[in-house]
Amino acid sequence: MPANLRELRDRKASVSTIKKLTRAMELIAASRIVKAQQRAQAAGPYARELTRAVSAVATFSNVDHPLTTEKADPKRAAVLLITSDRGQAGAYSANVIREGERLNQMLREDGKDVVPYLSGRKGIAFYTFRQREVAQSWSGDSDAPSFARAREMADALIEAFLTPTEDGGVDEIHIVFTRFVSMLTQRADVIRLLPLEVVEGEEAPAADDVLPLYEFEPSAEEVLDGLLPKYVASRIHYCMLQAAASELANRQRAMKSATDNAQDLIEKLTRDLNQARQAQITQEISEIVGGASALADANAGSE
Amino acid sequence: MADESAKHLEVALVAAERTVWQGQARIVIARTTDGDVGILPGHAPLLGLLQGGTVQVRTVDDEYFVAAAPDGFISVANDRVSILAENAEMGHDIDLEEARRELEEALATGSETDADADEVRLAEARVRAAEKTA
Repeated sequence: MPANLRELRDRKASVSTIKKLTRAMELIAASRIVKAQQRAQAAGPYARELTRAVSAVATFSNVDHPLTTEKADPKRAAVLLITSDRGQAGAYSANVIREGERLNQMLREDGKDVVPYLSGRKGIAFYTFRQREVAQSWSGDSDAPSFARAREMADALIEAFLTPTEDGGVDEIHIVFTRFVSMLTQRADVIRLLPLEVVEGEEAPAADDVLPLYEFEPSAEEVLDGLLPKYVASRIHYCMLQAAASELANRQRAMKSATDNAQDLIEKLTRDLNQARQAQITQEISEIVGGASALADANAGSE
Repeated sequence: MADESAKHLEVALVAAERTVWQGQARIVIARTTDGDVGILPGHAPLLGLLQGGTVQVRTVDDEYFVAAAPDGFISVANDRVSILAENAEMGHDIDLEEARRELEEALATGSETDADADEVRLAEARVRAAEKTA
């Protein structure tokens, strides 16, 4: 225990400052979660209508689209890893990166080459530090992803998917992201983006919600052609929004425990400080008393 | 009353990040790749790709508006009309002068790549919607 009073006082002051910082970050994260959830909700109608339309086309026409066709012998798999741009979010990035590593391992065991696509500076840092090759990466808006960004990713991924494998294309695309289950639970998760499994909607349609017989303009094939890329972009956007909400929830939690820890530390330092001060006072008193009695003894001897 | 309520369309104009407009309408006119379609209550289920990027809507209150919906699509079923476009926008929210300037810039950049062509189409749709509103 450092008994030096000034040292203790300095440490207490610096921990107090840290506490203020983490507290502020906690509050910021808390207010942004609300916004992130609103954004996720606002994007809901688009995703829902799109899913409905795509499943309608898929149900009522027997069209084979390149984006929905499974390749016979998949050799190369792209993995889109969605991480955060900034730290201070507890184990958020570590968890999703670990899930990504697990998937990579699994794909390699199946004899597939992994082509990584990254979103978020944390993931990029992880890959560059290990000097791994990255197909493409995006960063800069992990806590408030725009649709334009999702669209950009979708275009890049679809292009890679449609390129023949021999020319550096990929046969399947997976997304690793963090699903926002609730404020308390976020789970790193993997979904397969391409080839598309259209039936797997986020919300299963109700039993009485039978899809009507649609007319297509100009034709089912062309409608599907137009819809599927949008659907892919919307799926990616959905994953990014989930990841953003998870990131903020993780950050809020991490900052809350940091604030609590700082508070504990402050309390401990205050006690140490009081003890040190008390010890000093006690020592001073005993010195005075000792000095006085020594003086009294000396005086008594001289009389 | 039951008859009355059957005589309108529930319209939702949805952009990727928000619902732009939602309400009841008498008629929706949209241009698909096969030409203009007017949708009245009782229309058969339809799924179509939009071209040209504008949609005209007359609401039940006899208001009329134009919206820009570049590269979108329309789905009609059970008197529910959904118009989906990533960058949907109401015509009266667009500043015509600014939209024209953007179109000129987009045209100047040319339309060789897909992204540039997209930009031109988006700018065209916005100008058209703003012009029709004005």
